[in-house]
Amino acid sequence: MIIPFLVVGIIIASTILVCSYRAIYGPGTFNRIVAANVIGTKAIVLLIVVGYIIERPQFIDIALMYAVIAFMGTIIIAKYVERGELCSR
Amino acid sequence: MDMAVMERGNKTFSIILTFCIMFAFWMLLSAWTVYLVEPYDLFIVSSKGILAAIIVSFLTYEIFVPSRGENVILKLRRFIPYVGWELWQIYLATIDVAKRVYGILEVDPQIIEFDTTLRSDFALVTFGNSITLTPGTITIDIEPERGRYIVHAIAKGPADSLTVDQTMQKKVGHVFMEE
Amino acid sequence: MLAIDVVATMFLAAGAFFMITGTIGLLKFPDFYTRMHATGKCDTLGQILIIVGCMIYEGFTLITIKLLMVSAFYLLAGPAGGHALMKAAYVTGLPVWKKGDKRM
Repeated sequence: MIIPFLVVGIIIASTILVCSYRAIYGPGTFNRIVAANVIGTKAIVLLIVVGYIIERPQFIDIALMYAVIAFMGTIIIAKYVERGELCSR
Repeated sequence: MDMAVMERGNKTFSIILTFCIMFAFWMLLSAWTVYLVEPYDLFIVSSKGILAAIIVSFLTYEIFVPSRGENVILKLRRFIPYVGWELWQIYLATIDVAKRVYGILEVDPQIIEFDTTLRSDFALVTFGNSITLTPGTITIDIEPERGRYIVHAIAKGPADSLTVDQTMQKKVGHVFMEE
Repeated sequence: MLAIDVVATMFLAAGAFFMITGTIGLLKFPDFYTRMHATGKCDTLGQILIIVGCMIYEGFTLITIKLLMVSAFYLLAGPAGGHALMKAAYVTGLPVWKKGDKRM
């Protein structure tokens, strides 16, 4: 049962490489933010699949924490770009 | 949510309910198998969970328990078939985007604005989320005074199904009793 | 190979196919708003399908509940993050692509 997990892991790693083209060459700020968000999503899935390949189930806790932090990062950057500052007094 | 409206009895009930839910969540995630093996070690292991649950519930009890609304049980009972319909729409949405990527259907984006009759916070957010999960449309902005939505559609077909047919407005209005 | 292994492999394959489609859409579409359509929908569903495949392979243990929590959180948080980015771009004044324009 290791072979399907290995194939899926290699496919996801190569899509992360292809996505970084948009992160480098995207004209403007917003295309780069979208590419960073997509790379974060694929990194969560890659963590879970690698946890199955080397048979250590502790990687799923790391994936759960990283999902929360990546979501918070996207919302904070969107709020900063929209208003020009983070807290308004 | 106004702090001056909340009375003292309501505050204690909120803290206790939040603490129970947080502690049950913690037990589910970490100490479940320890409890099944040796009941003597249960208190030593779960003391960390009790401490964490107390700290979190004192910081966040205002947000977690909602203020009283009307007919909450009836709205909750009508909400669950709506979630089932929405999961089917997620599957249709992904098939639609896959067809547009591979060149079977065409890409012709436009921006639409329309008004609805929903006014409460929860109904507006649910409808906005459903527009994002339906094939071909994403919400851009919401104005809560007139219920006005600004939506970006990817072709003419999905745009017409929001303004002309109005199937989703009728469904959400049926769940929240057309607020 | 048992029957559960075959079903889990089918879910994993479908999830990987939708992730590849999302990445091709990110490169091919002509504008920021249409790229947001492609990634916000295809990426979320591909991730949920892969995690459901792992859950079917595992059975009924503690790990299944943790995987269910990751997928339920991302079902709510993925489209919400996409909508926040789109609102920031529209209010700041990014131009929208109509049919027949140059690629941007």
